[in-house]
Amino acid sequence: MTRPDRLIYMANQIASFFAAQPGDAAEGVAAHIRSFWDPGMRTEIRAWGTSGGEGLSPVALEAVGRLKDAPAR
Amino acid sequence: MARLLEFDLGTPQASGAPVTLTIDGRPVTVPAGTSILRAAAEAGTQIPKLCATDSLEAFGSCRLCLVEIEGRAGTPASCTTPVAEGMAVRTQTPKLATLRRGVMELYISDHPLDCLTCAANGDCELQDMAGAVGLREVRYGYEGESHLGLPCDESNPYFTFDPAKCIVCSRCVRACDEVQGTLALTVEDRGFGSRIAAGQGELFLSSECVSCGACVQACPTAALTEKAVIEIGQPERAEVTTCAYCGVGCAFKAEMRGEALVRMVPWKDGKANHGHSCVKGRFAWGYATHRERILEPMIRASTAEPWRTVSWDEAIAYAASEFARIEAAHGPHALGGITSSRCTNEETYLVQKMIRARFGVNNVDTCARVCHSPTGYGLKTAFGTSAGTQDFDSVEHADVILVIGANPTDGHPVFASRMKRRLRQGARLIVIDPRRIDLVRTPHVEAAHHLALRPGTNVAILTALAHVIVAEGLFDEAFVRERCDPEDFAAWAEHVARPEHSPEALEATTGVPAAEVRAAARLYATGGNAAIYYGLGVTEHSQGSTSVMAIANLAMATGNIGRPGVGVNPLRGQNNVQGACDMGSFPHELAGYRHVSDDATRALFEAAWGAPLDPEPGLRIPNMLDAAVAGRFKGLYVQGEDILQSDPNTRHVAAGLAAMECVIVHDLFLNETANYAHVFLPGSTFLEKNGTFTNAERRIQRVRKVMSPRNGLEDWEITQKLSNALGYPMAYDHPSQIMDEIARLTPTFAGVSYDLLEREGSVQWPCNDAASTGTPVMHLERFVRGAGKFVLTDYVPTDEKVGPRFPLLLTTGRILSQYNVGAQTRRTDNVLWHEEDVLEVHPQDAEDRGLRDGDWVRLVSRAGDTTLRARITDRVAPGVVYTTFHHPGTQANVVTTDYSDWATNCPEYKVTAVQVAPSNGPSDWQARYEAMSERSRRIASSEAQAEPAE
Repeated sequence: MTRPDRLIYMANQIASFFAAQPGDAAEGVAAHIRSFWDPGMRTEIRAWGTSGGEGLSPVALEAVGRLKDAPAR
Repeated sequence: MARLLEFDLGTPQASGAPVTLTIDGRPVTVPAGTSILRAAAEAGTQIPKLCATDSLEAFGSCRLCLVEIEGRAGTPASCTTPVAEGMAVRTQTPKLATLRRGVMELYISDHPLDCLTCAANGDCELQDMAGAVGLREVRYGYEGESHLGLPCDESNPYFTFDPAKCIVCSRCVRACDEVQGTLALTVEDRGFGSRIAAGQGELFLSSECVSCGACVQACPTAALTEKAVIEIGQPERAEVTTCAYCGVGCAFKAEMRGEALVRMVPWKDGKANHGHSCVKGRFAWGYATHRERILEPMIRASTAEPWRTVSWDEAIAYAASEFARIEAAHGPHALGGITSSRCTNEETYLVQKMIRARFGVNNVDTCARVCHSPTGYGLKTAFGTSAGTQDFDSVEHADVILVIGANPTDGHPVFASRMKRRLRQGARLIVIDPRRIDLVRTPHVEAAHHLALRPGTNVAILTALAHVIVAEGLFDEAFVRERCDPEDFAAWAEHVARPEHSPEALEATTGVPAAEVRAAARLYATGGNAAIYYGLGVTEHSQGSTSVMAIANLAMATGNIGRPGVGVNPLRGQNNVQGACDMGSFPHELAGYRHVSDDATRALFEAAWGAPLDPEPGLRIPNMLDAAVAGRFKGLYVQGEDILQSDPNTRHVAAGLAAMECVIVHDLFLNETANYAHVFLPGSTFLEKNGTFTNAERRIQRVRKVMSPRNGLEDWEITQKLSNALGYPMAYDHPSQIMDEIARLTPTFAGVSYDLLEREGSVQWPCNDAASTGTPVMHLERFVRGAGKFVLTDYVPTDEKVGPRFPLLLTTGRILSQYNVGAQTRRTDNVLWHEEDVLEVHPQDAEDRGLRDGDWVRLVSRAGDTTLRARITDRVAPGVVYTTFHHPGTQANVVTTDYSDWATNCPEYKVTAVQVAPSNGPSDWQARYEAMSERSRRIASSEAQAEPAE
């Protein structure tokens, strides 16, 4: 699959914010992505995470793993 | 509709305890401090006056408003004499009549008697006063040795100054001083030789005058007159409407003669502007009749073809058929809509409704995406509401004003004038900005602290300020305890107090001396009511949302929330940024900032709209463009926005638009985005339609139709036609019905209606049962979310790095005379002040590169390059360059990058690593773009259109 560079970058940005917050950083990232990302974007980043998630920070990778299947687009 | 003449009470309102006096034998009760002139006017007695007007402090120069007071000697001027308990005033006696006639004789002896051919005929206070005092002769002759021979200054494109008609009442000088705060005018010479002068005896155009129009407004004669009045004549009717430029939302009287707009006069009862204006709202409306305006719909199968003019029915049918074709071929998720903050609330609401309800997708967004979306995210997180906390009047109670990432005198000039007035009264000013904006040092105003930080380090400086406030115990413990989440505060206080967040530790990062940061923090925390005003210099960063939350932290920690004079105030760039956000334009929210995943909210809208709605967020503007480049997004309806010029990384935007199969542009002009469009729907100006705008202080105000739409339809009607053609029926007869629907579905708008706006003039949301006439200041007793939330704000450097290839940081902004992409202001005489975008370069950086002022320079970044002229100035710091984005010929956004705010994707316009070098002409991109643009704007001749297809 094509590496979704833009989405990886965005997920890592979000992770860098929530990593500094108290509590479960990965859940913060996952909740943010669920709230603001279109299902197609979520599906793409989730698939990348499932295939190893190269380029994703540890917090972002964990968060991506918590995303459920988004509705098909 | 009549002229809407405003009653001038002579001097400003006072606010003291009630005082009762008699005027011509009638008892009158007014507040202590009121002038006799005003007290008489309030009681219905018009004392003759010339130098007095109620927008200015009394001056006492014309000697026309003399009165007699029982028990007092002489005939004092009623404008400068305050009322007193039991005072008995006579306004009309033989003695007074003689004195007034004598004064008028002197005035008229040096004033041309050309009333019949004078532009002010019928609207001249001098003429009125001559009548009022019964002037019948002028014993001194009419030679007018002092003024009649002086030349007229016609340098300003919008108004003339004719010294011959000037009575040197100083109203213009005082308006410039007191209302505008520019102090560009003065009285030269003395005695009979006194005359008004701009600057140091310069022409108005070349002086410091900012053309706000306050002097023209104040002038009682035809000395200062709008050129449009000279050309057209006196207006015959007027409607009150709202300016279509910045987020201040000034109310104006649109004064008309027939279908011609004669002038826009700031409305004294406008609650946002209180009778003041700027050069854009007051004068820059000529674009409405500009020859480049497109008035007929056009279509084409491909952008390689010239446009073909068609009927509305054909254009709408073609647009609908293309969207239906794309839906069938690629699914509804390949379609979306974008609105502009230049659209009314009703138009914006309608576009998102059509996309969501007809296609079952949430691919809707608004240009607030690229300006204040971090404000929405940040303030909702901290306070629970995606909006500023105050009204503009609040600034009158501020003791400390902190301006960060905003340039009010250019971007929000009318509010800036009020801010300057408060500063002249003694409020202290802190400016945090990489550039020395005008507010840092302007007549009678000087910032106590200017923290000239490196672009991209807002979070670091805000956290350093917080460090000082916590470490030095300057926070408001009682406020925090009562109003905020204690655990969040404790975590935040511990975080910011760490040594690595001290001003000393961050000095190398921000470039701001630690002592200056400490002093600013102490002033903000301990200087009394402290208010923060911020703009796009805060939001348009990769940490834009973090900065907004850092600002909210400061306000909560110091207790500067929940009363007049304090607060967190986002200065919105465009007229309806707040409204566009309120109306459910973002892809994750329905109107009133309610997430699409909320079942109850969705059910409410589904029932009202009769269509199922998608519970998943849709694509944001940059996501739409990414998806288009990837081949998944095919059709876009763009109302009022020029994303090609305004959005970052122009090449990427162009690639996205070029990849789409149907782009519908709904606008006044063939803008840059239209170069990639297949359908052009000509729009109506704000003068040609009804609706509402919501300004930066959450104030909802009417936009009133003062002339017929030259394109034939109001914009909401065009969207309605498109929706009907797409198979989703809409049947509104008037925008008031759209607002009624918004009110039914949006709790914060529940009480809003056109009837209410008619009665109240304007209201600030929330407007509902709990606040039937609106809410000037929010979070009075508690935050909307309950306890205020402190958020940790770690500084994360942007990934846009300077280096050997790109050693300078570019930051972008705007200028007073131009507005956004310039589509409107470039088509007015405002180009006289800014005919091209220029690059500000520090003298040291210029010298290093061999640049001279006015040279062509190549500005290159990792994203692209462009060429423009250099302006050498120490307004920018070494290592920083600055430009504006008003002109498509420059295309400043060819240079800006794809980096964006982590939370909202708001672009990082304010930080781009660049190099600057001498150049001898346009870049390859500019040359190619200009050629493409010329090709794309072709419109087939009517003969060619009539030829049958072969």
